[in-house]
Amino acid sequence: MPARLRFPMLRLTCAAVATAAALTTTAVEAGEVEVLHWWTSGGEAEAVGTLRDLLEQEGHSWKDFAVAGGAGDSAMTVLKSRAMSGNPPSAAQINGPEIQEWGELGLLGNLDDVAQEGDWDELLPDVVANMMKYDGHYVAVPVNVHRVNWLWANPEVLADAGVEVPTTWDELFAAGEKLREAGYVPLAHGGQPWQDTTTFETVVLSLGGADFYRDAFVELDEDTLKSDTMIEALDTFKRLRELMDEGMPGRDWNLATKMVIDGQAAMQIMGDWAKGEFSAAGMEAGSDYVCAPVPGTDADFIFNIDSFAMFQLEDDRSAEAQKTLARLILEPDFQASFNKIKGSIPARPDLDMSDFDSCAQRSMEDFKAAQANDTLVPSVAHRMAMQSDVQGAFFDIITNYFNDESMTAEQASERLAQAASLAF
Amino acid sequence: MPINTTQVPAHAGARGHSASASLQSWLPRLVLAPSVAISLFFVYGFMIWTFVLSLTNSRMLPSYHFVGFGQYARLMANERWWVAASNLAIFGGLFIAICLVIGAGLAILLDQRIRQEGTLRTLYLYPMALSFIVTGVVWKWLLNPGLGIQAMVRSWGFDNFTFDWLVQPEMAVYTLVIAAVWQASGFVMALFLAGLRGIDDEIIKAAQLDGASLPRIYRRVILPCLRPVVFSAVMILSHIAIKSFDLVVALTGGGPGYSSDLPATFMYAHAFTRAQIGLGSASAMLMLGGVLAILVPYLYSELRSKRDV
Amino acid sequence: MSDAMSRGQVIRRQTPAAKALRGLLYAVLIVAAVAYLMPLVVMLLTSIKPLAEITPGNLLALPRSPTVEPWAKAWGEACTGMRCEGVGGYFWNSFAIVIPAVIISTLVGALNGYALTKWRFKGSNLVFAMMLFGCFIPFQVVLLPMAQTLGWLGLASSRSGLVLVHVVFGIAFTTLFFRNFYVGIPDELVNAAKLDGAGFFRIFWRILLPVSAPIIVVSVIWQFTQIWNDFLFGVAFSGHDTQPVTVALNNLVNTSTGAKEYNVDMAAAMIAALPTLVVYVLAGKYFVRGLTAGSVKG
Repeated sequence: MPARLRFPMLRLTCAAVATAAALTTTAVEAGEVEVLHWWTSGGEAEAVGTLRDLLEQEGHSWKDFAVAGGAGDSAMTVLKSRAMSGNPPSAAQINGPEIQEWGELGLLGNLDDVAQEGDWDELLPDVVANMMKYDGHYVAVPVNVHRVNWLWANPEVLADAGVEVPTTWDELFAAGEKLREAGYVPLAHGGQPWQDTTTFETVVLSLGGADFYRDAFVELDEDTLKSDTMIEALDTFKRLRELMDEGMPGRDWNLATKMVIDGQAAMQIMGDWAKGEFSAAGMEAGSDYVCAPVPGTDADFIFNIDSFAMFQLEDDRSAEAQKTLARLILEPDFQASFNKIKGSIPARPDLDMSDFDSCAQRSMEDFKAAQANDTLVPSVAHRMAMQSDVQGAFFDIITNYFNDESMTAEQASERLAQAASLAF
Repeated sequence: MPINTTQVPAHAGARGHSASASLQSWLPRLVLAPSVAISLFFVYGFMIWTFVLSLTNSRMLPSYHFVGFGQYARLMANERWWVAASNLAIFGGLFIAICLVIGAGLAILLDQRIRQEGTLRTLYLYPMALSFIVTGVVWKWLLNPGLGIQAMVRSWGFDNFTFDWLVQPEMAVYTLVIAAVWQASGFVMALFLAGLRGIDDEIIKAAQLDGASLPRIYRRVILPCLRPVVFSAVMILSHIAIKSFDLVVALTGGGPGYSSDLPATFMYAHAFTRAQIGLGSASAMLMLGGVLAILVPYLYSELRSKRDV
Repeated sequence: MSDAMSRGQVIRRQTPAAKALRGLLYAVLIVAAVAYLMPLVVMLLTSIKPLAEITPGNLLALPRSPTVEPWAKAWGEACTGMRCEGVGGYFWNSFAIVIPAVIISTLVGALNGYALTKWRFKGSNLVFAMMLFGCFIPFQVVLLPMAQTLGWLGLASSRSGLVLVHVVFGIAFTTLFFRNFYVGIPDELVNAAKLDGAGFFRIFWRILLPVSAPIIVVSVIWQFTQIWNDFLFGVAFSGHDTQPVTVALNNLVNTSTGAKEYNVDMAAAMIAALPTLVVYVLAGKYFVRGLTAGSVKG
């Protein structure tokens, strides 16, 4: 057991971490964690690799189970198959209300002791903490906070067409015309249901504001979904099609980002994971590319939180390793290194952001402000807002409305309301 | 029929009186037993299990809270389901028909003492060896208006050439047909070619002596002989059509919107990514019902008439 | 082949019109061949181009400076998640799953087909129809119950589990093939052997098996391609180190940051496709011959 021999020394090096000592007293032997996730692309894998290294330094081993494809669809299928066969992994990337659904099945383990040691209740904003709990107990650990309502732009392209980064929808459409004349695609987009919904939710937030957004997508209030504001949002959303190119259906989001990077397209509405693509292309935030909140959402923040849910384990050693993993995820080391690569901001707002780029700094400021002003809202497109069945129905309606020329905004809002009513 | 009826007495005669002979008469059944058990459990058992689930409100994982036929009612009210179901009818019908026509056509052409027949045959046949997990990306390129065939033909100077089915909601399902025909028609060709080679020359010679023209011989003599080939081909093609899942995922992802969804992808999306196992199971049962309604009469008539070959 | 020769002679007539027709015939066949080849050519060309040469609209352009680097990268270096080991290792996983599954399902199919045709009993047709229906069950339906069953059997996430799954859903097809083949073998031979007192297995071994080569080829090719190309079962039932190559390929292709390495994706796709391609190219002739002897007599 070489890992065990190394252990005491490492404990010294890790002594800075206050919580480590308390937990490792019970960690007698090295265990193994199997981690199911869909962070397979270069930057993401590198980011999650830092977690593996930290875990291995503590003497445990990491079994990487990455399943790519369909924004986690394949990974979720694998997870269900594993759960059915009675051998779930130790930890799995599960986000948002789905944590509750897994909790209801009684499959998740209890992390309360780790949380208490680490004082998670203090560290985490309530919105985040509540999402990690099932029935009052911590069952998952947040990794990061993504902001969804970002507009990314290539400043060279904008300058070439003689336009500024738009701050209202009218400006955006006006800029779109000029960009078209200059031979650019104004808005890069990938026609996949989740991307359509990403764009749509930012429009709704922009036109309706945070309360309206919550009434519509969290409370699923039928009158809100049928309101004039919603119809206006649907109209604006469909008008955005004019700014996109005909090759968009089925395109992956990162290929759309690539269009902005290559100067083929001017802008893209996408969450801050797009930053990973810009960085990989060697571009600097603020100079080579610019980030701005989607028009009209300056003060608002649509969040998408990645988290690892921990499954109940029989084996003591694995359970110990699992708890170590949970603790490590929230430690400053990992939070900082991971989020710098991933493009998101740390899940704990107490960290020093000076090492981060300007977009991340802005994101963190807005996050804190939005939290204070209660304008922090969950993303529909990333399964943060509602149960997966309603969200699936919303996806269908939104994407169908966006692609079907004959469907009117009134019909779409009617059908959203209908889908919401079936939820209960 | 004659062979069949004479066979049973022969079998009975061979039974003899010893214990080993009696064991012999049971052996075939014993040999088949594991397969039958497997199919009872893994096919029919799972079907029943799925039917039971379709009566429950199972969400993320199976639960056994029964809600009657509520899931079926929800399915009937679900527009996406109807899109998927009618897409399967369009896709399945066209796919099978076009494959049969192309397959038979190529086989007849190849059967004319062609030089390099082996090479050509391999070229037509090879797509069957590949999975859409492998070729999906290329097909996506070829059919994408900005990257593939449209862009290529336009770059040759035909500026008005348009081939953008992949991005047209009402046409996307036909791109599935194109890719699927590419994959399977060569296999159908191989089946037909095999069938043509199996036809007794005497029949054709006789027809020729009667003064029948070549097209007439094909229409009246050869094609009717190929009925069993058509049967095998239809069985295999409908098997492929119903299970087309990789194809949709790789090529259109069901889009634009959900305009090119098929029941297989509908079921998968609901049961696995949307935590609606109940609804997904109901759709699977309807899918199975549809398959049964079409296949069983066909199977019955074909197997009945061929029973005693 | 002699059939074809003689029929060709019967049918062919040497008029000028017929010659023109023959030219047209070749033209049609060659155009068709080009159409069938196009996706593979695009894949191959892309896989040997440096990334910079891959631009929209020039899918069929020849590489200016061909390179094998994408292939090397796809085999041993390309990353998915944190593992940068290409698809090479998974390639052998696939073999470890495919070979036993093909052997077992072919053997079971052969015995089934034999029992169903040469030892008919009351209800044997019903048994056949029942098994045949197994061909049409959508695989998505069986994912969850199968997962639970594999769990009970202790085979979850193992290669043996995957072999079992493929055998279970493969025997319907192999039985179909062998049954249709054996139907065409004269019963007289078997009946004579029975009268001589030969037993079930002895007759199979001595009389049926020696003439089964064509249909064994068909069954093996069919099963090999089906199992090799399977993705759904592979992704759902494999564990972290038992994934077949299709799953690894999917992981690789869906993994991208910055410039998507289409050349590596295509090289990986070619690698994943090679075994089945080789089988088709080498054994395609026997495949068609086997079909002549088999399924057609359905």
